[in-house]
Amino acid sequence: MTLQTDYIGKPTSRIDGPAKVLGTAKYAAEFNVPNLLYGHVVSSPIAKGKITKINADPVLALPGVHQVFSHENVPSLAWLDRSYKDDVAPGGSPFRPLHKPEIRFSQQPVALVVADTFELARYAASILEIEYEEEAHETELTQHIDEAFEPGRGKTGYQPPKSRGNFGRGWEQGVAHVEANYSHHAQHHNPMEMFATTVEWLGDKKLNVYDKTQGAFNSQQYIMKIFGLSKDEARVISKYTGGGFGSGLRPQHQLFLAVLASLELQRSVRVSLTRQQMFSFGHRPETLQHVALATAEDGSLTGINHFAVAETSQFEDFTENVVGWSGTLYDCKNVKLGYRLSKLDVYTPLDMRAPGAASGSIALEIAMDEMAYAAGLDPLEFRIRNYSDFDQAQNLPYSSKNLRACYREGAAKFGWDQRTPEPGSMRDGNLLVGWGMGGGIWDAQKQPALAKVSLDADGHLTVSSGSNDIGTGTYTIMTQIAAESMGLPIEAVTFVLGDTELPEAPVQGGSWTAASVGTAVQEACAKLGEQLLKQAQKMDHPAFKDAKIDDVQFANGQMRLRSDLTQAVVLRDLVQASGEPKIEAQNSKLPGMVDMIKPPKYSMHAHNAVFVEVKVDPDLMTVHVTRVVNAVAAGRIINPKTARSQVLGSVVWGISSALMEESVMDHRFGRFMNHNYAEYHIPVNADIHNIDVIFVHEEDAEVNPLGIKGLGEVGLLGVAAAVANAIYHATGKRVRDLPVTIDKLL
Amino acid sequence: MNSFTFAQAPAIDAAVREKAGQPGSAYIGGGTNLVDLMKENVERPTHLIGLKKLGLDSITASADGGLRLGALATNADTAWHPEVEKRYPLLNQAILAGASPQLRNMATDGGNLMQRTRCYYFYDLATPCNKREPGSGCSAIGGYNRIHAILGASEACIATHPSDMCVALAALEATVRVSGPNGERTIAFEDFHRLPGDSPERDNTLEPGELITGLDLPAKGFEKNYSYLKLRDRTSYAFALVSVATALELDGGIITDARLALGGVAHKPWRDKTAEALLIGQPATADTFRTAAAQVLAGAKGQGTNNFKIELAKRAIVRALKQATEMNQVVDDNAFQNSNP
Repeated sequence: MTLQTDYIGKPTSRIDGPAKVLGTAKYAAEFNVPNLLYGHVVSSPIAKGKITKINADPVLALPGVHQVFSHENVPSLAWLDRSYKDDVAPGGSPFRPLHKPEIRFSQQPVALVVADTFELARYAASILEIEYEEEAHETELTQHIDEAFEPGRGKTGYQPPKSRGNFGRGWEQGVAHVEANYSHHAQHHNPMEMFATTVEWLGDKKLNVYDKTQGAFNSQQYIMKIFGLSKDEARVISKYTGGGFGSGLRPQHQLFLAVLASLELQRSVRVSLTRQQMFSFGHRPETLQHVALATAEDGSLTGINHFAVAETSQFEDFTENVVGWSGTLYDCKNVKLGYRLSKLDVYTPLDMRAPGAASGSIALEIAMDEMAYAAGLDPLEFRIRNYSDFDQAQNLPYSSKNLRACYREGAAKFGWDQRTPEPGSMRDGNLLVGWGMGGGIWDAQKQPALAKVSLDADGHLTVSSGSNDIGTGTYTIMTQIAAESMGLPIEAVTFVLGDTELPEAPVQGGSWTAASVGTAVQEACAKLGEQLLKQAQKMDHPAFKDAKIDDVQFANGQMRLRSDLTQAVVLRDLVQASGEPKIEAQNSKLPGMVDMIKPPKYSMHAHNAVFVEVKVDPDLMTVHVTRVVNAVAAGRIINPKTARSQVLGSVVWGISSALMEESVMDHRFGRFMNHNYAEYHIPVNADIHNIDVIFVHEEDAEVNPLGIKGLGEVGLLGVAAAVANAIYHATGKRVRDLPVTIDKLL
Repeated sequence: MNSFTFAQAPAIDAAVREKAGQPGSAYIGGGTNLVDLMKENVERPTHLIGLKKLGLDSITASADGGLRLGALATNADTAWHPEVEKRYPLLNQAILAGASPQLRNMATDGGNLMQRTRCYYFYDLATPCNKREPGSGCSAIGGYNRIHAILGASEACIATHPSDMCVALAALEATVRVSGPNGERTIAFEDFHRLPGDSPERDNTLEPGELITGLDLPAKGFEKNYSYLKLRDRTSYAFALVSVATALELDGGIITDARLALGGVAHKPWRDKTAEALLIGQPATADTFRTAAAQVLAGAKGQGTNNFKIELAKRAIVRALKQATEMNQVVDDNAFQNSNP
């Protein structure tokens, strides 16, 4: 099917926008099903030890309290680790809520109080007496570097980093060198919507589960395996998600607790976490990094060494690709990479926007800036001299790579050629001005996904796939793709998602949804096209009698003969003539699977280059990011409007990461202390100034037929490093421990 | 949050009587801090006495030429009151540097004085805190104390008072009017909040059952030369790491009167009269400002992660005094322009 461009590539407003603005979009904690009970989670005040006593009697004596669930009364559930493993679980033994008296991390859920009202449950939870026996905990990564180990294949898709060449020789060949340590602290996703699950008890173990998640099927599988439910009994619904950023990739403990309470009490139950409890699960791991770079006389890199140690829990090995990118982004023969984990008494870290790459790019891109200075080169010129035209890590050509255009167009828009290299050399009145840059690389990924299309007798097309929209624009772009594919006006298409009764789709993550679900929708539309052609052939329609699918096109609500566009049949007439209420088609899962088994022929990646201006008060050392230009090469952009929003959000997050964001742990308590929105700082509007987003032209026929590379992560890369580099340019102070707060600049 | 009863008090004396008659009760104005503390179980009142029916929300001229702020006037109405904008612009700036528009629309002037510290440990029942639970210990000492005190702290508590408005009120020498079981009295602003000493559970010098009814601003408003400079971890909606309220009177480049108070550095708005005396009679120069700043921080003590605030406070004082002196060429820390080449 030839791709038209009525909708694809055109700025399109969010289809779900009105529902969100008008408040008709319902989130997990807003389904007010009849006879609902409310559960409130009790969290552990200690980081390690065990519960010695729970005195639930005074709580149970309160009128309106139904039950206090804890390890003392949880029924026998699935006992194999694999029953608790979700699609995104790393290697190890997943945490089981209320399973044992042992405490393994601070804020561990230890009990669920269920009552008639939210207020009563919350009050009852506050007076529940629990006695603990405390043990010494270890939460300080810097104290446990020596025990760090090389993880195996922890999480699905994780590959240990591969070194190449001989870094030692490369280092010696260099005439200029830099070597330094870099670090950042734990960060929590903190989406606006708190985690919540409303379980509607439909009788006889049959549940409708309204869950906050990035993957309805992942939640469904999880509760099916643990509670022995069938697919029919465990329907999971998640139509709207108020921000994810990775936090909803794994089922969170409120899902387990709400389902447990519902099944035990045979009632509908809702469990919502508090903002403080949003710090009780996965986070971007604190990561310590070391980078050494060497360059030859001409500024070409002769050696790259990138080593990282990250925290994980005692029970799972959370792995992410922190250092691997350093073997791909720049051209270099001698690359030494290392990645280790250290087990601490914390909850397992979790993918957080651009997992691994966001962390790795901080160290690599600050080091690249330092190297540019050491080599006496402009940071942009230095990167261009080390441009990689061939993926040396995978030993494959790129399917497409237009990072050069990102450099060129980004620099032009920013005015980079006006930069004077000397730190402190640019001023705006009394303020120091700094210009810095960075960039990054992210995998263009695709997962198997299913989609169904259904054309009714009014000519309305309903497209469905059990994917999620975490605010990224999935509803909108899938509608665009389907309208484009079937030649229908966009108003004649409805896209449905977030329900396990729909065709299965993967969790929304990894920037793969547009490519995966988009391809599925396109394939399903192609199958529908074939059925419609068959229907035309059944009818007395001579023009289509011998036509093949390639001979027809879909436009203006019609199927037309390419060779003679006047030969057309209205799509709804085909449905009406079929005698059926609708004509349906679904793609097959197989192509995706086959793709995954075939050895890759190309290295497929999205890239970006980001340019940042900061202004720094020379006495008070307050920093403001006044301008950002982020140029992105991510294949075909389906919807420039929602895509731009994605990248704007990434830039804000990058500024946040550079200047503010940090979950501060008090190691004496093994507890994150700034566990609320007032003290976990992210930028406010007043911190954000001009942001320009550029999508450079990039055509890629290899990634997928739509040419999509995905945008969720790539925009974040290099932003934090570019801010830190700009601060260096403004002040001459090189801060390698993020966030760059005022105390580090005084 | 525990269960509680709620009643609107019809009059000041009735409110005071109700408070005295109900152990465990608390006054509630805008509730912007109390309700948060109740959600965290830090405060567990059994009965709330609503004050919104008392009136006390007007801002009126007082007999001595000053301005009286009703205790229940909102922070927003106070900041934008024409007389405050015109005669007490330092107060306007300080109020607007705090919280968010939504909070300022709810928060009352009396409540602003009564807000409690934002110490992380005070808010978290999992950690010891002498202010919350006397005798349990201070977790902030030796812990994460970025927003904690560098002046006037004790071994029992290093918390700071979080208000911006109160720093300006301290500099302007406001008077707090209160009603209580023993009648009415006034409290000089510098005597209202207290240092923690060995009883950090007490934030102020109110006697049990006393209710703030108003604030009196003296006639002198320092409307010509003033500055409220707030340094924090983001541009809005963050408590001060250090804030400085300063007000000057100048005569041909010589300082003839000076006020200097700091926020975010102590258990109370930190006014330093010795430093003020070092400014008065001196030329308004950087050297003079540095001398005053050195005096303010002479006895400062860092607690680890807040050590930087000593140097930051010095620089902030110098900058605020400079801004107050050069009122016509103020460099607004937040007014960053974009500069496309």
